[in-house]
Amino acid sequence: MDFEYLFELLCGGVVKGSIYALIALGYTMVYGIIQLINFAHGEVYMIGAFVAFIVAGILTLTGYSGLTVLVLAAVVAVIYAAAYGYTLEKIAYRPLRNAPRLSPLISAIGASIFLMNYVQLAQTPDFLPFPELVSDFDFMEPISRYLSSVDLVILIVTTVTMIALTVLIKYTKIGKAMRATQQDQVMARLVGINVDRVISATFIIGSVLAAIAGVLIASRTGQINSAIGFMAGLKAFTAAVLGGIGNIPGAVLGGLVLGIAETLGAGYISSAYEDVFAFGLLVLILILRPAGLLGKAVKQKV
Amino acid sequence: MQNMTLGKFAAAALVATALTAPAFAADTIKLGVAGPHTGDLAPYGLPTKDAAEMVVADVNAKGGINGKQVELMIVDDQCKPEIATNVATKLVSEGVNIVIGHVCSGATKAAMGIYKGAKVIAISPSATNPPLTKSGEYPNFYRTIASDDDQGKLAAAFATGKLKAKKVAIIHDKGDYGKGFADFSKEAIEKDGTAKIVMYEGIQPGAMDYSAVIQKLRSEGADVLIFGGYHPEASKLLSLMGKKKIKVPFIGPDGIKGDGFLKIAGKDAEGVYATGPMDVSKFPMNVKAHDEYKAKNGKEPGTFFDQGYAATLAALNAVKVAGGTDYDALTKALKSSTIETTVGKIKFDAKGDAEGVGFSVYQVKSGAFAEVK
Repeated sequence: MDFEYLFELLCGGVVKGSIYALIALGYTMVYGIIQLINFAHGEVYMIGAFVAFIVAGILTLTGYSGLTVLVLAAVVAVIYAAAYGYTLEKIAYRPLRNAPRLSPLISAIGASIFLMNYVQLAQTPDFLPFPELVSDFDFMEPISRYLSSVDLVILIVTTVTMIALTVLIKYTKIGKAMRATQQDQVMARLVGINVDRVISATFIIGSVLAAIAGVLIASRTGQINSAIGFMAGLKAFTAAVLGGIGNIPGAVLGGLVLGIAETLGAGYISSAYEDVFAFGLLVLILILRPAGLLGKAVKQKV
Repeated sequence: MQNMTLGKFAAAALVATALTAPAFAADTIKLGVAGPHTGDLAPYGLPTKDAAEMVVADVNAKGGINGKQVELMIVDDQCKPEIATNVATKLVSEGVNIVIGHVCSGATKAAMGIYKGAKVIAISPSATNPPLTKSGEYPNFYRTIASDDDQGKLAAAFATGKLKAKKVAIIHDKGDYGKGFADFSKEAIEKDGTAKIVMYEGIQPGAMDYSAVIQKLRSEGADVLIFGGYHPEASKLLSLMGKKKIKVPFIGPDGIKGDGFLKIAGKDAEGVYATGPMDVSKFPMNVKAHDEYKAKNGKEPGTFFDQGYAATLAALNAVKVAGGTDYDALTKALKSSTIETTVGKIKFDAKGDAEGVGFSVYQVKSGAFAEVK
């Protein structure tokens, strides 16, 4: 058995998985609080990448170095995406808060299609070359076959973001309010929590994570177009369900399991069936553990 | 059921009349031109009609061929197989000698059966579907454009020949176009036998990451990568290869040979090989035909104009060499004479494909595709 090859694949899988996890967090947070699958989440990821593309294009002209441009572009992308997430919730979901559960779901699909087509019309349906913002670090040279410099940046940013998110939810006031809202919206409202604001905050945080993922992935693949959100969203949603939707550590675990499974499947069997491994694994896990890896089985009240 | 038998009877009757028809009409050479002249696909058919008209006007002005004037019989098949059979039957019943067409592969296939039964030769400017010639089913079929599989074969020959590859990796995007190219390359490499295919993989177009397939490429130790697909996936693969420091020559089909690829792949595109239609614009006859067309119509000719021009020239030359329009004599003439055309010097091989037309290999050099000599 070739352990070097296995290790190369595992590294690739972890990088892929951490990006899935970053996007999956947005799905799972929203689901945890309002039991809505926000299908437009993938589009927020795409918008993040587009904004970063435009900002990076302008900043590169000014002659800043790659990493500075990356950080600045990411900041603008995050602000934009947060605004989109906030507005999306206000327009597409809030009016349907008390409607039957299927209505906001349809509204989410509509929002997703709208945003994709909006970017396609307002920008371009073509692929665009995303500038390479992470230049090669010299110290990465010896291990570049396992991890490239941009992979390292992705791993670091993902880890930091996830720690920050955990701290936010566990130790801050808004985090506590989010957990309370998740447990019981009516009760949370009774004890004086502004539930609407908590839900808005959830959308903003989720969109911020999606935008970060968008910028990172775009600088790795080097290209974007208006349709990239669809596949990314679908895979991240799979990761969220795999880990147990509504469960934050579950989304991270689900992302990693999915990324590694896909990479190993592609590396050892065939990349033609990469998606088959991803969705086959999902089916298998849902048969054995219907609530996902870390999900708690909820008794349905009849 | 009743209708079908009637239809068959009618077709048989038409073919029967057609077989005897040429005997009555020997005063002119009847050249059919069939293709889409109306509808969505008209832009692919009209240039061939223009080309045939130009060539014929030229020939007739110079006294015709063997003393006979050439008469054009132009029919519109709209690229639809069911209309193609109708117009083919019409041409045959009116005593056509040679047909220039059809344009679309599907329509051509439908019409060929009728021409075959009536012993009429057809020369297509644009039907690239490989089995039309390779299957041997239509000995009366010729074409002045390269067959689809030639591109894959060329990529394979370039990899094993010029690049001296011993271990070839093939990646495709699972689509008709990409996988077709990959399959033809694979077949050619296996047949050639000097190189081994170490990897043959499909990838999911639009996926976020191809690092697994790239790692596999390295672990298999491939020394050439042949890719079947379009430019977005090609540039994604190249960008990842660059980041993982994998330097393996990359050969793609004409789906990546364009500005879109150069723009997106940027510096990763440098050194990439791509096959693409041969550049014919420098041939003297091509320059002359284009100038003439521009002088008359005030614009550049459209798609397949060059091939249509070449097909008409080849057809008329065959009549001249054969000294008439006898099927066997024409067949012999087409397969034995080399003629100067708008797509270069061509001659038809035993199966009806034109030798001397086809694809070239290009390489990206300082941000532009340049032909590899």
